[in-house]
Amino acid sequence: MRTPSRSMPLRQRPLLRIVLASLWFGLLSLPLMMELQAPYFGLGRPLMVSVVVGLVGLLWWLASQWSERLRHVVARVVDTGGSHVRQLAEGPGRRLLYALALACAVLIPLGLNRYYIDVLTQVGMYVTLALGLNIVVGLAGLLDLGYIAFYAVGAYTYGLLSTRIGLSFWEVLPLGALLAAIFGVLLGIPVLRLRGDYLAIVTLGFGEMIRITLNNWDSLTRGPNGIIGIARPKIWGFTFSNPIHYYYLIVAIVLLTIFVVDRLNRSRIGRAWTAMRDDEVAAEVMGIDLMKTKLLAFGLGATWAGLAGVFFAGKMTFISPESFTFFESVIILCMVVLGGMGSVPGVILGAALLVILPEMMRQFALYRMLIFGGAMVMMMVLRPQGLIASPRRAIALRREDQARSAVVKPASERLGLPSRGERKRGTP
Amino acid sequence: MALLETRKLSMDFGGLRAIDTIDVTIEAHEIVSLIGPNGAGKTTVFNCVTGIFAPTSGEIRYRGESLVGLRPNQVTARGVARTFQNIRLFREMTVLENVMVGSHCRMKAGVAGAVFRPGAVIKEEEEAVARALDLLRFVALEEKADLWARQLPYGDQRRLEIARAMASDPTLLLLDEPAAGMNPQETNALMELIRLIRDRGITVLLIEHHMKVVMGISDRLIVLDHGVKIAEGKPEAIREDPTVIGAYLGQESIGA
Repeated sequence: MRTPSRSMPLRQRPLLRIVLASLWFGLLSLPLMMELQAPYFGLGRPLMVSVVVGLVGLLWWLASQWSERLRHVVARVVDTGGSHVRQLAEGPGRRLLYALALACAVLIPLGLNRYYIDVLTQVGMYVTLALGLNIVVGLAGLLDLGYIAFYAVGAYTYGLLSTRIGLSFWEVLPLGALLAAIFGVLLGIPVLRLRGDYLAIVTLGFGEMIRITLNNWDSLTRGPNGIIGIARPKIWGFTFSNPIHYYYLIVAIVLLTIFVVDRLNRSRIGRAWTAMRDDEVAAEVMGIDLMKTKLLAFGLGATWAGLAGVFFAGKMTFISPESFTFFESVIILCMVVLGGMGSVPGVILGAALLVILPEMMRQFALYRMLIFGGAMVMMMVLRPQGLIASPRRAIALRREDQARSAVVKPASERLGLPSRGERKRGTP
Repeated sequence: MALLETRKLSMDFGGLRAIDTIDVTIEAHEIVSLIGPNGAGKTTVFNCVTGIFAPTSGEIRYRGESLVGLRPNQVTARGVARTFQNIRLFREMTVLENVMVGSHCRMKAGVAGAVFRPGAVIKEEEEAVARALDLLRFVALEEKADLWARQLPYGDQRRLEIARAMASDPTLLLLDEPAAGMNPQETNALMELIRLIRDRGITVLLIEHHMKVVMGISDRLIVLDHGVKIAEGKPEAIREDPTVIGAYLGQESIGA
């Protein structure tokens, strides 16, 4: 049979495209559709499935028709908001603003119940994790899919040292971070020469290796049963027992993380990471030691996962390999990408959203992850650079107008270059 | 002692010999042009010198010290900087930051320095900014310091690459087709710029197709064809050289 679609691009055949997309979606979601015990509004199951599939195809087509305009609208709304935030954050009143934000972080939980405080503590933990991963993925551009392994290293360090040797939380906190950093470097060594997809696969494998080892090394980790009875943090005879204690502890850890990551980002090392992300060859020719810079990124990224891991073990008093699955790595990566790679405020926002939104959607139960996945897809279509784009980029864009209006300095005349005004007149 | 010296430098890619037993000597404070038809092996020579490729055989000596087997960053640390034929700026960084990356190997701040930011590190950063601005003024890009590198027009990008390379404080600067894609005005400015670079005490080795640039500023020319050095000498002599005319200049109007 003759297939006219071969000779004509699919984009010019919207109807065919809807049908194909719907069929494909239907095929992919067939197992799910067959399992669901959802209401069918009196329709037969096959009919209902067909309707859903058709609707999805139509939606997809609409999205493709409107994606350009929608993306523009989203960008305008988000950028306007972002630039206001940025002006506040860099303006003269920024110290006051930071103090205010800190005061909110300290005071607001006092009026909340245990559940909300617990969610906020989760947010803090994931902010720490996401900021750490942001060093590796956002700044240095190394796609790491096994990041959760370092979280596991931190958690098990405290779990084991607490139950077997009786070391205290405060002693293990730096130790766990250090051990995670060492694991980060150890992972870094074999993947120094890998990029992109290959790097992602190897790091994914590494993450699974750690989890499977923890799951099977019964004599040390008690396998899937996990470690129970991990000591709660104590300070001068005061034991952390109420969720709010843990909340303040994680606030302190988050502040430390933000401070260090921000300083690193604005240093010689941060520049080296960004340069390496943009162009490895050029970076090396400009005198950057790629091996050292990559290992630093892996090590310094893993450190924060280690810290968060120790905190996690101290808070839960129970850990098992179940908490450190590949899915967790993916969620943290989503936080970084959704918020805006390389941008500290973006990553914080991303982490907060991805913890809080699924909690708010608990009433949708079974459909929670479906909605979550759909939201991620929409997000990537409409705003691929993330909610708050990296400040490096933002600063460059913001100052563009100023530079355009700047007077041309005599330096260009010395070299015999035309001033900008002349050049403009010269070009038709 | 020559600043840069290659002895019987050869580079094979599979069965293809890209450069074949090339001897090149560059003296300090010279401007030397490496010319030749497309595929003559000019960029391969640059890549071997800067450590991107390890030569199949032969020797590269810089101030009497071998460069063979060094990583590109180690070559840069020793004082050899370069630009790229197909511009390789850090597109997601500002113009100023691009130049500051160039001085990476002349700075010391480590992780502790970056986090605790003691006086020495603050001073080092300030000096790096001042030096970068100075270099941007030198290449007439000062007022664009805060732009994103990829927003610059083509000619500006080429000059930014030169500023970035100079930020590593080199003794020898390798320029790979710096005039490519420039308009006549920009080309004139570039020639002046290269002379000014030499006046700063930096030796320049450049690959260039633009005959006006080559003939106008070079102290010496080296001609490659199919990976072999076929001629070497003063611009006037090369212009007359029958081998060179046959291989390369025959199709071009000299000094246009």
